[in-house]
Amino acid sequence: MNHLSEEQLILHYYGEPGEPGETGEPGETGEPGETGEPGDDAAAGDTLACERHLAECGSCRALYASFQRVLNVVDGLPVPERSADYGAEVWQRIERRIEHSVGARRRSLWMRAAWWRWASAAAAFAALMATAFVAGRFYPRQNRPAQLAAADAQTGERVLLVAVGDYLERSQMVLIELTNASPEGSLDISAEQERAGDLVTETRLYRQTAARTGDARIAGVLDELERVLVDIAHAPSNMTSRQLEELRQRLQAEGILFKIRVLGSNVRNQEVADGQTPRQTL
Amino acid sequence: MECNDLGLVTKARTGDTDAFRVLVERHSRPLFRLAFRMTGNQQDAEDVVQDSFLRAYKQLARFDERASFGTWLYRIAVNCSLDLVRSRKRRNELAAPADSGVDDPTLALPSHEPGPDRIAMSGEVRDRVAEAMTELSPSERTAFVLRHFEGMCIDDVSRVLGCQPGAAKHSVFRAVQKLRRALEPLVSTAR
Repeated sequence: MNHLSEEQLILHYYGEPGEPGETGEPGETGEPGETGEPGDDAAAGDTLACERHLAECGSCRALYASFQRVLNVVDGLPVPERSADYGAEVWQRIERRIEHSVGARRRSLWMRAAWWRWASAAAAFAALMATAFVAGRFYPRQNRPAQLAAADAQTGERVLLVAVGDYLERSQMVLIELTNASPEGSLDISAEQERAGDLVTETRLYRQTAARTGDARIAGVLDELERVLVDIAHAPSNMTSRQLEELRQRLQAEGILFKIRVLGSNVRNQEVADGQTPRQTL
Repeated sequence: MECNDLGLVTKARTGDTDAFRVLVERHSRPLFRLAFRMTGNQQDAEDVVQDSFLRAYKQLARFDERASFGTWLYRIAVNCSLDLVRSRKRRNELAAPADSGVDDPTLALPSHEPGPDRIAMSGEVRDRVAEAMTELSPSERTAFVLRHFEGMCIDDVSRVLGCQPGAAKHSVFRAVQKLRRALEPLVSTAR
């Protein structure tokens, strides 16, 4: 007689359907549960067939009884009861953290919206200034009084410097926020990605302007920054702590934050100098 | 009016904390039972319940509305429990690496003890059962707890475990087989 396998008996215990031949092993000794092959009269999951087999086969019945005894004992493992108010108690314990989480989410949404508006306005303003600046440089100067042309260019430069200074600060903030994050699991960086995406356009604009005005050093820094921002904007919106660490290491290796700080400092100094004495070049 | 889980989740996603409170009140007790069976410890189970709801709240946006909120919450609780059990195991290994207690002769029951129901009341047997449960692998323990204690069908167990039903079924098999090997001498002695 073919015996039921342990798997078939367990399935039978739980009333789970099985598939014929799924768990049975070819038998050699006829010992139930170890070597039994499911026979036609005891297809796995067929409750009636199992019942019939158990009624006829003493060894399978003994094995099944053994499972029942053990599982009955396991059933006796007590679980401390919790009162009907337990849910309310749990809520009291976590309410403050949930509220804090809601507050943080709202702040994040507000910040994201504010950043978006601010970044759009700044980008439009910067584009206007850059166009004005470039147009000013190519405008036929011989037709204008020299003093007036110099004053126009100087005003354009100062406005551009202010815009560049702001832009550098914003770029720096995005990078600092990401490098200072220390999530336990993954970190949702979609807000930072949105800001990085906006900054990419500005970076390109300033880099091209710097290249045109012959400032290779600034163009080089902006080129590096642009690549980092593009990578952040196109990264998965959930960064693992490992990916953040890689970003940190990259920024550290390339010294981008340091370069941005130096560039920002130079721009601010130039702003101050331009406010005091006229300058002829960017 | 009573709202179903999905309606409450939708409201909670918009920042309605009252809706989430109802979900917490509704699911806390079953979640505690699951956590206790997974961790075997009251304080750990309390921590798991809180962590699970906090994680669930943070991840509400990722909840697929086609799924059952209860199953999704169970999955989070199972992961919290496994994290906690792993960290506790590491701590225990550092604290007392050699003492398993399996061969403790005082755990053998006298043969004149009555049947399983009475045995289950014994603190010693309870300890042996709890110990046998800790010998199960995380997937075996999870599958067994969900199938045996929570009465979930294999398909639901596989959803919580994030695996194929066949794999979940085999985890249940292995768990029951291991428990039988560990506890059968005990129940046989007591018969």
